[in-house]
Formats: sequence, C-alpha cells, structure tokens
Amino acid sequence: MSIFNGENVFTDFVEKIGKATQVILKDLRDLTLLVGDITKTSWYVIKHPSKLRWRDVGYYMDLCGSQALPIVIMICFLMGLILAFQAAVQARKFGGEIFVADAVGFSILKELGPLMVAMIATGRAGSAFAAEIGTMKVNEEISALETMGFSPCRFLVIPKVVSMLIAMPVLTVFGDVSGLFGGFVVGVTMLDLPGMAYYTRTIAVLYPSTMALGLIKSVVFGLLIAIVGCLRGFQSESDAQGVGRSTTSSVVTSIFLIVIADSVLTMLYTFLGY
Amino acid sequence: MNNKRKPIVEVRNLTIGYDRQTVMEELNFSVFTGEIFVILGCSGCGKSTLLKHLIGLYEPFRGEIKIFGESIVRADEDEKRELMRQFGVTYQGGALFGSLTLAENVSLPLEEYTTLSREKIKERAYEKLALVDLQGFEEYMPAEISGGMKKRAGLARAMALDPKLLFFDEPSAGLDPITSAELDRLILRLRKELGTTIIIVTHELDSIFTVADRVIMLDKRTKSIIAEGEPHDLKKNSDNDWVREFLNRSNLKQV
Repeated sequence: MSIFNGENVFTDFVEKIGKATQVILKDLRDLTLLVGDITKTSWYVIKHPSKLRWRDVGYYMDLCGSQALPIVIMICFLMGLILAFQAAVQARKFGGEIFVADAVGFSILKELGPLMVAMIATGRAGSAFAAEIGTMKVNEEISALETMGFSPCRFLVIPKVVSMLIAMPVLTVFGDVSGLFGGFVVGVTMLDLPGMAYYTRTIAVLYPSTMALGLIKSVVFGLLIAIVGCLRGFQSESDAQGVGRSTTSSVVTSIFLIVIADSVLTMLYTFLGY
Repeated sequence: MNNKRKPIVEVRNLTIGYDRQTVMEELNFSVFTGEIFVILGCSGCGKSTLLKHLIGLYEPFRGEIKIFGESIVRADEDEKRELMRQFGVTYQGGALFGSLTLAENVSLPLEEYTTLSREKIKERAYEKLALVDLQGFEEYMPAEISGGMKKRAGLARAMALDPKLLFFDEPSAGLDPITSAELDRLILRLRKELGTTIIIVTHELDSIFTVADRVIMLDKRTKSIIAEGEPHDLKKNSDNDWVREFLNRSNLKQV
C-alpha cells in the first residue's frame, strides 16, 4: 500500500504532467515560429527565385529521392506481396481470387504506398535533416549564418522543404507501381490467375484519381518530415548527445504526425466521398 | 584623450544573462575606431555571452548596444540583418559551412551581397584566403584542414566584405603557441593594413599583451567590469589585487 500513502506519488504525477505540458507548449511555439518563418521566406523566394539555393535543392533531391529509390521499390514490392498474400487467403474461401487485385490496388495506392515511402523518408531524410542542422548548431554555423545577415530558414529549411515536396510524390509513384507488381506476382503464381486478367482487373477498378489521392498524402507527409526534421535540428542542444537525441526525436515525432495526418486525410477523403 | 575618437561600439547599462539568470549587470564601455579591444575574464564568467549580445545573437535583459551608432537591440529583423552584414565575426571553431569548400565559404557573402561577376568573386575569395596564408587550400573542404586553418579561413570569410569591425571569439583557444602567435601577428597586420577595429574575447595572456590596446576585465562575482585600461599598465598599477594576480600569474609561469 505504500505507494498510495505518500503525497509524493501525487505531486510527482502532477509535476510530470506539468513538465510534459511545458514541453508540448514549447514545441508548439517553436513549430508555429518555424512555419511562420517558412511561409514568409517561401513568399520571398517565390518572388525572387534566384535566391533559392538551387544547388542545395539538387543535393537534397538526390539524397532523399534518387538514393532512396532502391529501398522504396523493394519495400513497396514486398508490401504488395504481403498484402496480396493475406488477401488471397481470405478471398480464396469465397472463390473470389480476382478481388485480390482490388484489395492490393486500393490499399497500395491510397494508403500503403504513400505511408511506406513516408516511413522510409522519415528514417533517411528526416533524421539526416535533424542531425545536419543540429551539428551546424554545435559548430556555431547557424550563428555564423545569422551574423552574416543570412536567414537560416532560406539557407537551410527551404531547400529541404522544396526537395521533399518534389521527391516524395515521385518516390510514391515508383512505390505504387512496385507494390502493384508485388500483388501481381502473388496473383499469377499463387492464385494461378492469368496475368492479363489480373492486369485488366487492376486497371478497371483503379482511377487516376485514386493515385492522386495517395500522391496528395505523400506531399503532406513530405512537408511534415521536412518541417519536423528541421524543427528538431534547431531545437537540438549544443552537444553530441543533444544532436543524437534530436535525431531520434525527429523520427518519432515525424512518424507520429504522419499517422495523425494520414488518419485525418483518410477520414476527409471518406467524408468527401472518394 | 579619447575625445576626438569616435566610438564604433557603445554599450550602455547593459544587463545580460540566459534563462532567468543574470550573468553581467550594468556594463558600460565603448570601443573606438581602429582599436584592438579585448574582453577578458576567467572561464565561465560570461565573455562569450557578452560577445553574442554584442553581435546581436542574444537579446539583453536591459540596456543598449550601439554599433556604428545604430542600436542592435531595438532593430527589427531586417534592420538587424542589415547591421550584421557590416561587421565580421570569427567563431571559436571557424564555423565554416561543411558542405562548401574554403573558397565557396568565403564567396558566399560576396555572391549574396555584391553584384560582382563569378570570376571576380572567385578572385576576391582567393585573395582573402591568401591574406590569411591559406594559398593552395582554396578547394579544400573544411573537414580536411586543421583547427588553426579553420580559424584563419573563418577570418577570411568574416573579412570577405571588408568590414570596418571584426569580432573574434577565442582566437587562440585550442591552438599551439606558435600557431596562436601567428594569429596574433595576423590580427596586428589586419589593423595596420586595413585599419579594422577588432574586438577579441580571450583569456590567453600572451596574446593580450601582444595585441590589445585596451582591455576590460569581467568579474564573475560582482557581475561587472572590474578593470579597464591598457594591459601593461593594469598589470603593474591596478589597484585591484585580483586583476594584478590574473595578469601576472601566467607571466611567472613563462619564466
């Protein structure tokens, strides 16, 4: 019974809640400031496109886009494979093997394609952004940028956001196609469906809009990953462990926010009748 | 004696700190054009914090800092940026941008703030790097050079726009005595050749006696300036025991 006796348990509890609230409020405040800064700087960059660091955009598109392509293709292919496999077991009971094409098509395009790509990008890009900005903070590079009269947002954040906004939908298209192909492989080998039948069924049930819905998701996810990565980088404490913690926290926060955004968007799509 | 000289940096009733803790209270001092001014004090007394306030990175609790006659405390973001661009800052570790070569690091301010052609910018960057004895290293990445070289490259970048005012954070920290002495000579040369006003934060006694025209000494306990003046003079004639001790002790070590 001892843990119920002391006031300590209660005060500890209240203290913990209070501290957690402080952290959340600080995060919200920093996030609002960063988003405000990004909005302001984006407007400036739209008016003066030459002020965008195009070379950095290229670098990050390579880092977050083309270098991530093999892993995206492989993971999404396997996702399609697993999904088709699971669907096949159920569909077989009703003799509706061909509906595996529907299941795989919709799940991959609307949900798993964008989601898997976002998870990979969080691990690759989001963590890299946080570590990079955190390390720059340790080396006083951020201070140097500021005292040279440069906006850290324009130099460090905007190129990352732009490259993610471009790279994510492109990666998702590749992920979608390889996911569909994964389903196709199961359909043809395990369910003995004629390849042409599976293909025709897939084409018949999916519309370009189905893919577009997924791509919109991927753009939102990309934006979240870039913003959270940069936010955690700027929040990083100025030592090696601080950078480590901020990198971890960027991944955790990104995944959390991506799942929330995904739920919201999925509900919105359903509500709007798509 | 100082009446005819114009202050380039003016600090009035400045109280600084971080979080809720006050580090220094009611500081008053001026730095005059062409001077090498040293901010001195033991580790952890708030030298670097003071520097970061002077260059506008931190906001003071109270008081006024004027640079070139304009307040950096009350400036809005754009005015502050405009003001910051007129002076150079050399950071402890050089703070070079890791993804750019030395020449690109130095070129950066030129690309952003001048209308010079690409060739002219490159030429100017090479020239600045030569000034700090880094010829032949222009295309190296910051990670490939030593700590002392990074500091010098940082100095070259701070001088890219030919500022009238330079700030130095611990120029000799982490350098061997010879490299550190070379850096001191470089600082003196800059002042002589370009007439730059230089403000240095350090606790390195050797370089203080070599370069400083005037020093202020910060004291942790009283949270204020404990001594101000010419270093050799303070060493002999300061009425404060602690100041004399600080300035003399390492002198004993040298002998």
